[in-house]
Amino acid sequence: MPTVSMTVNGKSVSADVENRTLLVHFLREKLALTGTHVGCDTSQCGACVVHFNGKSAKSCTILAVQAEGAQVTTIEGLAKNGELHPMQAAFKENHGLQCGFCTPGMVMSAVDLVKNNANPSEQEIRDWLEGNICRCTGYHNIVKAIAAGAKAMGR
Amino acid sequence: MYNFNFHRPNSVADASKALAGGEEARPLAGGMTLLPTMKQRLSQPSDLVDLSQIAELQGIKASGNGLIIGAMTRHADVAHSAEVKATIPALAALAEGIGDPQVRNRGTIGGSLANNDPAADYPGAVLGLGATIHTNKRKIAGDDFFKGLFETALEPGEIITAVEFPKPEKAAYAKFPHPASRFSLTGVFVAKLSSGVRVAATGAGPCVFRVKAMEEALAKNFSADAVAGLNVPATGLNSDIHGSAEYRAHLVTVMAKRAVAACR
Amino acid sequence: MSEKGIGSSVRRSEDQRFLTGKGHYVDDMNRPGQAHAAFVRSPHAHARVKMVDTSAARKAPGVIAIFTGSDVAADKLGGLICGWTVKDKNGDPHKAPAHPILAKDKVRYVGDHVAVVIAETQAQARDAAEKVDVDYEVLQANIDTAKATKGAVVHDDAPGNLCYDWELGDRAAVDGIIKNAHHVTRIDLVNNRLIPNAMEPRAAIGEYDSGTGHYTCYSTSQNPHVLRLILCAFIMGVPEHKMRVVSPDVGGGFGSKIFCYAEEVVCTWAAKKIDRPVKWTADRSESFLSDAHGRDHVTHAELAMDKDGKFLALKVETIANMGAYLSTFATCVPTYLYATLLAGQYTTPVIFANVKAVFTNTAPVDAYRGAGRPEATYVIERIVECAAREMKINPVELRRRNFIKPDQFPYQTPVALQYDSGNYGQALDAALKMSDYNSFETRRAEAAKRGKLRGIGVSAYIEACGIAPSAVVGSLGAGVGLWESAQIRLNPTGSCQILTGSHSHGQGHETTFAQVVHEHLGIPYESIDVVHGDTALVPFGMGTYGSRSIAVGGSAIVRAADKIIEKGKKIAAHLLEASIDDITFKGGEYRVAGTDKVKTIGEIAFAAYVPHNYPADVEPGLDETAFYDPANFTYPAGIHICEVEVDPDTGRTVIVNWTAIDDFGKVINPLIVEGQVHGGVAQGIGQAMLEGCVYDNDSGQLVTGSYMDYCMPRADDLPSLKVGMTETPCPHNPLGVKGCGEAGAIAAPPAIINAITDALGVMHLDMPATPEKVWRIAQQNRPAAAAE
Repeated sequence: MPTVSMTVNGKSVSADVENRTLLVHFLREKLALTGTHVGCDTSQCGACVVHFNGKSAKSCTILAVQAEGAQVTTIEGLAKNGELHPMQAAFKENHGLQCGFCTPGMVMSAVDLVKNNANPSEQEIRDWLEGNICRCTGYHNIVKAIAAGAKAMGR
Repeated sequence: MYNFNFHRPNSVADASKALAGGEEARPLAGGMTLLPTMKQRLSQPSDLVDLSQIAELQGIKASGNGLIIGAMTRHADVAHSAEVKATIPALAALAEGIGDPQVRNRGTIGGSLANNDPAADYPGAVLGLGATIHTNKRKIAGDDFFKGLFETALEPGEIITAVEFPKPEKAAYAKFPHPASRFSLTGVFVAKLSSGVRVAATGAGPCVFRVKAMEEALAKNFSADAVAGLNVPATGLNSDIHGSAEYRAHLVTVMAKRAVAACR
Repeated sequence: MSEKGIGSSVRRSEDQRFLTGKGHYVDDMNRPGQAHAAFVRSPHAHARVKMVDTSAARKAPGVIAIFTGSDVAADKLGGLICGWTVKDKNGDPHKAPAHPILAKDKVRYVGDHVAVVIAETQAQARDAAEKVDVDYEVLQANIDTAKATKGAVVHDDAPGNLCYDWELGDRAAVDGIIKNAHHVTRIDLVNNRLIPNAMEPRAAIGEYDSGTGHYTCYSTSQNPHVLRLILCAFIMGVPEHKMRVVSPDVGGGFGSKIFCYAEEVVCTWAAKKIDRPVKWTADRSESFLSDAHGRDHVTHAELAMDKDGKFLALKVETIANMGAYLSTFATCVPTYLYATLLAGQYTTPVIFANVKAVFTNTAPVDAYRGAGRPEATYVIERIVECAAREMKINPVELRRRNFIKPDQFPYQTPVALQYDSGNYGQALDAALKMSDYNSFETRRAEAAKRGKLRGIGVSAYIEACGIAPSAVVGSLGAGVGLWESAQIRLNPTGSCQILTGSHSHGQGHETTFAQVVHEHLGIPYESIDVVHGDTALVPFGMGTYGSRSIAVGGSAIVRAADKIIEKGKKIAAHLLEASIDDITFKGGEYRVAGTDKVKTIGEIAFAAYVPHNYPADVEPGLDETAFYDPANFTYPAGIHICEVEVDPDTGRTVIVNWTAIDDFGKVINPLIVEGQVHGGVAQGIGQAMLEGCVYDNDSGQLVTGSYMDYCMPRADDLPSLKVGMTETPCPHNPLGVKGCGEAGAIAAPPAIINAITDALGVMHLDMPATPEKVWRIAQQNRPAAAAE
């Protein structure tokens, strides 16, 4: 089995994996970072979104061996010193989550949106979320949360 | 997913060797189609050859009047490239509409073209602009590249290295997305080039195709009205629960009108 | 109102863990020594199983064990059960064909379980499962709901594929009224089959302790005690005290996680056989195939009216698809949760319903958000809309003329239910105002100038929630009581736990229930925790479905709080040296009336656990349990108004305006309640415009087996929603609450179809209103000159 090494949430990690091991399974099973979820097998639902070399990506559609040397940030790496990231705080304030299963991917995707577009409109937020499916919220409060989170990130 | 051997070459030459070495070896570009297919156990390559570390496949550069885009350039990089926006804004806009943001951050132009999914967007741009595919062996005209459902002119072991796009006078892409998959149910790319007008339809048929009658009409009168009365035959077009062949044929006309109206 | 009390939009306690990736879903758990299960599933809709050859698979790397239907039979495991007996119109119980844990002789839908492979890793289990060689004799599949009674026989013991032929009401009386009525509106419609798609796929871990003989089943269940009951008493023959079911954080349910499924049984059973924990997690493709689906009705309805549009009688005939086997509560959904709601918000005096439940070679069908009530509301609100158009009466006016009036409550409907409270006209007025209904024609004309067809649609829904009085459901065939339990456990230092039989899988119980106890006991909100989802920790409870958690579970919490208060009074009287009759309790303080003598509830709790100075006739401790059995259903109701714009060139339909006015009685946390409305409406929009489960009618293959083909609502499919509320408190539960979880999914579909058909100028269009369907109608109805 090959050994793969990368930086996850600022820490160097390495482990033996099969070539077929997906990044999401590496995170969940080798690193016990179970905040990144698997909600589909067609790379559409976005529950597994992490930041891969600084950009949002679906960790269910990247092989762990492709992540050799990569910088990965997961939902567990977003809050700093026990303080919620402004986007996390905005999701809480605006009730942008219910069952919580899609939430990590939603938040990671939203943070990447704001990196690309500091002040997104409602339509831009809705369009950006094409790759993140939520079954609980009807997206109404997610959209509100992301708009509020964007503002907070700009402060 | 079945297991496989994994290679990560640093040059096209090494990639080519690795591809020749495996019985069912396949190149891995962005992986946005190949990996989901493998997860469903619908594809079982013996070897995957990861092209992401090959510098010569990267980057966007000017070429005469047009652009050369490296095969491993991600959709998001095409969409956000100042060079592409200035030279062929329709291409940047098309790239911005592929899949979702996470797919755009990983998926590549070379991977999309080599896969030739009938509902992919890039084949519309390549055929619609008359682009040229560069491989490690030769240059292939866009008109000769797409051979049928998931079929291209690529030979075993042949790797797309770049795509060369001419700068059009004006161009636009209009797409009606598949409600579930968000691929193109029908998309039409229209370009007015020094060499003439080209109209390419993707999503509608088993493979991207040119709409000659519309090209001729637009050559005489480049306006939405010129294509409004022109319909492609429904025979042979794709049909599924989200769009019959007849509906797709109709959408070719509607999207062509909208693309012409949006041309700039 | 305290800032954390009833009526306050407290931000949710559970969010901290979900937002930081610290939730604990079943697939996040791993047990020491665990093995992994993969199921061999039928690729055929209907086939005889001639032989299962596991020899090659047994030799595959990592394989520990393989079990088939023969092993299940040898161990005499019971089959999966249906817990609600519906009696045929002749008085016979419904046909209940065997539903084996692993199929032995025959498979009856694509995805039916044939064998399980258990291996060291999930990948090895799946690799080996492909090597199990099953010899099938393929049979003709029976798929189409409308034609099911004439199709291939799914079960030999259910002739004509009929599960039951059930009636409610007097057919002759209705037929007589229809025959002589001034006008009769008739409609044929399909309530499309849906796949629930909670974002967390189902998962289970079975565990067996050979030292104690205890089983543990970790499961993604909405009702762990009911699952335990079924596992023990009906399937495995294990006493309940030897079985623990744990449902930790569960990622959405929408009904699909109420039921007992084969996979969790197999994991638990196999754990003993191999003496190791066994884990299984569905991938999404398995969820599509094997989760219980929802809806799937084919209905003909007739509404008789007098010349003023007064409803005289309603007749409804429905064929309801049960799928290949009966899921846990399948039988009651198209009967007692459907036909009993056919009065809607109206005074229709005579109603008759006939429901034929049929078997087909498709996945089992059971409750999905709303469960029967969306189907009823769709029939009523579509036929009322069509009636208004035929009678040339404004659809709002026609509804208003037929509304049950506020002074008519309690209102006995002709279909068994007694509505408790409501004010439908008030909600309608509020919705008309919020949606700016009266200026709609101006907006329609403006849209026409842009080449768009604009339409508006109203839906007046009612639902029966807070299920349900045990004696009533028992008389109707339920195999369980539908009360709820709660325990409030004060700690010596004054904090407390609420142990509830309700189960939260997104509803925010940890916040809402803490608000209720904070309000009632005056304990600081931050000092209250909610415990749920573990049969070893909480009292026997009935779980969460049917918008019952606040109405039934919340009421149980109030009853437990009342007991705490009463016991505390005795302790306070002793400590304050006063008569118990003089002790008052308010805001967490016991006072001697008319004095400044006071003890806080924290001090009382301390005294109860450190009873040095304590009344002789009172037990130590402050820990009370209550079971609450509701006196009636609750009846949330409201008005939703949808406004759409159709692009006639493509058929693309955009919802441009959504108004929801709901009456949920008293509201504990408006923020959470609004969130429930948003989510319900999104699922209703999904049903009406996007989602539809499709099986190939010949092969029985699931065409919509992934998100590539099954169209899930995404953010850009949905509008921003305007949500408002009216309030007529429920008169028969202590909180005055009615429940809110399903309202949106019930209200939305007819509002949308009414709006789209209004835009297109047609009477009807079956769901989902896909772009192509809408385009075809727009083409037919378009003036010739404007056609492309």
